[in-house]
Amino acid sequence: MSDTHAQTVAFVRDTMLPEQPPPASEAGVIKWMRENLFKGWFNSILTLLSLYFIFVIVTNAYPWFANGIWNTSSLAECREMLGGMTGACFSVLTERWNQLLFGFTYPPEAYWRPTLAFVLLIVAIAPVLYPKAPRQMLVFTGIYPFLAYWLIWGGTLLIPLMVLVGLIAGYFAFKQFERQSFAMGMVAGLVAAIVVIWAGGIIPASMPDVLAIQAIPSRDLGGFMLNMILGTVCVSLSLPLGIMLALGRQSSMPVIKWICVVFIEFIRGVPLITLLFVANVVLAYFFPPDANIDLVLRVIIMITMFSAAYIAEVIRGGLAALPRGQYEAADSLGLDYAQSMRLIILPQALKISIPGIVNVAVGLFKDTTLVSVISMFDLVGMIRGPILASTEWNGVYWELWGFAVFVFFIVCFSISKYSQWLERQLATDHR
Amino acid sequence: MSTISDPPSGSFQLSMLINDTRYRSYTFQFIALILLILAFAYLGYNLLANLQAAGLNISYQFLGEPAGYDINQTLIPYTSQSTHWRASLVGVLNTLLVAFLGCIMATIIGVLVGVLRLSNNWLVRQLMSIYVEIFRNVPVLIWILIIMAIFIAVLPQPRDFRGDDATASMVFGMFAFTGRGFYTPAPIFGAGSGVVVAVFLASIAGIFAFRRYAKKALYDRGQLIPTLWPSLAIFFIPTILAYFIMGRPISLEYPELAGFNFQGGIFMRNSLIALWFALSIYTAAFIAENVRAGILAVSKGQTEAAASLGLRPGRIMNLVILPQALRVIIPPLISQYLNLTKNSSLAIAVGYMDLTGTLGGITLNQTGRAIEAIFLLMLFYLAISLAISAIMNVYNNAVKLKER
Amino acid sequence: MKKIAILGAMTVAGLSAGVASAATLDDVKARGKLNCGVTTGLVGFAAPNANGEWEGFDVGVCRAVAAAVLGDPTAVEFVPTTGKTRFTALASGEIDLLARNTTWTFSRDVDLGFEFVGINYYDGQGFMVPKELGVSSAKELDGATVCIQTGTTTELNLADFFRANNISYEPVPIETNAEAQPLYLEGACDVYTTDASGLAATRAAFENPGDHVVLPEIISKEPLGPLVRHGDNQWGDIARWTLNALIAAEELGVTSANVAELAAAPGSNPEINRLLGTEGTLGAMLGLEADWAVKAIMAGGNYGELFEKNIGENTPIGLARGLNAQWTEGGLLYSPPFR
Repeated sequence: MSDTHAQTVAFVRDTMLPEQPPPASEAGVIKWMRENLFKGWFNSILTLLSLYFIFVIVTNAYPWFANGIWNTSSLAECREMLGGMTGACFSVLTERWNQLLFGFTYPPEAYWRPTLAFVLLIVAIAPVLYPKAPRQMLVFTGIYPFLAYWLIWGGTLLIPLMVLVGLIAGYFAFKQFERQSFAMGMVAGLVAAIVVIWAGGIIPASMPDVLAIQAIPSRDLGGFMLNMILGTVCVSLSLPLGIMLALGRQSSMPVIKWICVVFIEFIRGVPLITLLFVANVVLAYFFPPDANIDLVLRVIIMITMFSAAYIAEVIRGGLAALPRGQYEAADSLGLDYAQSMRLIILPQALKISIPGIVNVAVGLFKDTTLVSVISMFDLVGMIRGPILASTEWNGVYWELWGFAVFVFFIVCFSISKYSQWLERQLATDHR
Repeated sequence: MSTISDPPSGSFQLSMLINDTRYRSYTFQFIALILLILAFAYLGYNLLANLQAAGLNISYQFLGEPAGYDINQTLIPYTSQSTHWRASLVGVLNTLLVAFLGCIMATIIGVLVGVLRLSNNWLVRQLMSIYVEIFRNVPVLIWILIIMAIFIAVLPQPRDFRGDDATASMVFGMFAFTGRGFYTPAPIFGAGSGVVVAVFLASIAGIFAFRRYAKKALYDRGQLIPTLWPSLAIFFIPTILAYFIMGRPISLEYPELAGFNFQGGIFMRNSLIALWFALSIYTAAFIAENVRAGILAVSKGQTEAAASLGLRPGRIMNLVILPQALRVIIPPLISQYLNLTKNSSLAIAVGYMDLTGTLGGITLNQTGRAIEAIFLLMLFYLAISLAISAIMNVYNNAVKLKER
Repeated sequence: MKKIAILGAMTVAGLSAGVASAATLDDVKARGKLNCGVTTGLVGFAAPNANGEWEGFDVGVCRAVAAAVLGDPTAVEFVPTTGKTRFTALASGEIDLLARNTTWTFSRDVDLGFEFVGINYYDGQGFMVPKELGVSSAKELDGATVCIQTGTTTELNLADFFRANNISYEPVPIETNAEAQPLYLEGACDVYTTDASGLAATRAAFENPGDHVVLPEIISKEPLGPLVRHGDNQWGDIARWTLNALIAAEELGVTSANVAELAAAPGSNPEINRLLGTEGTLGAMLGLEADWAVKAIMAGGNYGELFEKNIGENTPIGLARGLNAQWTEGGLLYSPPFR
């Protein structure tokens, strides 16, 4: 039997074949392309369209970049040098960089001051942003606002120093009385701070030249610096305010609750630009004639109120997301309202709300460009006003707007990436 | 601080206003109320004192006076002799127009991009996330100004269409894309066009009726009636028939270059388009993220369960995923619509005559009634915002998960 | 919200304590600086140069007032204002003097509660068109797209003009002169209309000013002048007579070159003596130093010098004196006597 069988079978392999690579269409780049770019006719069309789109962008943008001219003093010279070729005139950036970044009235010899302030800002917010940074750095974070104020606005160091001393005094007074009652501590702290600041105010007034650097009025702030200042100041001021509003809105006391609800809904219902109009043309009527509050301060007040309302809503979301048991646990421990909020509820609620708060902060930072509408010369205002209207640079649109897009993108994109990172960091804790 | 469950009654003492948690809240509220009243009194007193010092008063009489200025885009009849109040209404309508157009376009782009970001095409996915990141992270004011700059600097102006050596020409002889705006043909309704319009409206109603019927047939008898082609047929055929039977009563008026500008046809101003486009693409980037998050929020098990029931992918999307995703998408979508409406106030940067441009702009300037005008302006926006959120909340409640 | 506002107000009031509010003059003296409202940028009238220093005709008025009051023409804080913000800035006390080519009208003077202290430029609204359009009269502008600065009287005049002539137009409102330039140059509007002086100044900033013509029609009277708040008569007098001093100085032949010499000792012309404070007590009557006018004239020269330096025929703006010549030379400038 076996013999016959052996005769019918012509060939029997008794060794393994060497391993073959998979078919070319099922491996490597080609497989990836088949799966990710050309899966079905619809996808193929989409891919081809996208490729064409990229091709058009690149072929148009590349010569524009490559032929870019960096060292002329006017658009006409640029055009002359290009001789009809496509090319960017980046010289507007090299010639006016200082105006774009610092505005046109900030004294050039003082440019290092805001620059230093922003470098220090990064150091100061590091412990807030990265939970792993050493805790001792928080001391610098506390000092930073006063230092930054001194660096940017100048004048004598004694003024911010006195305010700092006043706040420290207030803090100690608060600590002293806190054991009796939180409210009492707050009142004592407030009184102590005001008394010390008021009393200490005499010292800088009597010697305005001690540790003084050139004072710069806030009207001279401008360019991207103004956007940064407005963004950081307003976000940091609106955080505590937003927390207060959120707690007020959750409060069981109807009067307080309704004050907060009306305030939040009112602010969220109107565009920021109307609030800026208020700052610009109406607010001055509501203050005594001798309280000459300059425009930047009025704008800061209004933007802070604006962002506080939004932050309050974010924090309210955080408060609502906490399990009911946390509130009840705090109550059952016998903590009073202030203690339970400060020790139990807020730390958790704030942690949940951080990504939302960062989103509000990014939105707010973008919204600071709106001040250009009320004739303040921030980055957008500088481009629209003095630069595009000057005889030399009349018509340099793409370079300038490209610069603005670039700058804002860098800042906002990194903040939102940070927020996503933080979200992932925080998410792990709950698993 | 522990609360006594059964406090001695009838012995209220003044100190309990501070020490007793039951009464303390009254103290706090009273203090808050007093502070609020004091603050208002302080501000009001300052206002009155300042106004008196400047010899001014608060009065809304200016609203009844002739405005004296012209507005370039008026949805209701308006001349320079109309009142300031009417000018404000023109502004309100212009605001609503751009907000409405913007919301529609932002939704379309946003949904498209959001779905494409989940596409299995790598290139498309990357392009879409670049789009989202770029537009989300740059202020909308800059986008408005950039699009306006395209109009000013890139598109041909009417003067380029003029003369024998014109450098620009109309598209199909019907559309003119100029730096001042887009000109498109306008329909002219002749005699008998009413019938055509009526037939058109009736056929739209017919489509809905047909779809209802098909759904009912599916649910009641399990009978699957195709809807796409019949719908298209109902949409086109009766209207086209009526159009020809009535002797083609609707004709088109083409824009033509006459004098300084194109005349005739429908004119969409550059400021409107710049604002509309910029708001749409900016808001669409946010909506795309919401849509993506909404779709991702529906758990994969839902898709798998639907598939195991034997549903086809299209039906899985329509019947299972989207209804659930919508619940996640709608609330942030509402706030995006609100944002878009509020951002439309940036119209002032491109000279679009919305509410901020008329009431908060020219009227304020010409009458000098800053306090009154800005108060009214805020009130208008507040009303618009509250109205939008009210309408949207009704819808939101309708699609809300109904737990039984 | 209000709680915050009151806190802010208290803080600010605390910080700025000591600033008295009695009268504008005292405020300015205490501050050591004059807050002067100007345009956000109109070459020739008020615009920051490459170094960020403000120059121009209106700026000259500000500097003259600062010199008269504080003795230092550089002690001025220039506050750029738009058509929208200028009046509230003045009314709320943010600025002491508004020199922003503002038209003197009845309602601004009476209803808005301001006091125009004089006229430093007699102007009228005109139209500018590109030469290639071949337009020679404003009446041919039927259907044109017109760029206008909002918040100015030009907007109302324009509506009146086109209505009176029964022709149509398409208004394109813009906030500042700077924004109007690209719109007009790139052809997004056919016509740019504003005060004739403003048109000349704008045209001067163009790359090819020759390609544009200013049409002959002047459709309105636009007397431009500096203004102050109603009610503070002393401050109004100072601004008014500083302006008059500049005008009178030109009439009397007092220039920045010879003013120091003329003021050194009483000369033969009693009016010059009174003006320059070498005779009489005009300065004291205003509450200023005796040589207030000397300092004002030294700041930038007399009216004629300011005109020639900033907007005159030898500048890129190239405005002729026209109505703004002295009354002795057929113009309208006529300073009341210093007596």
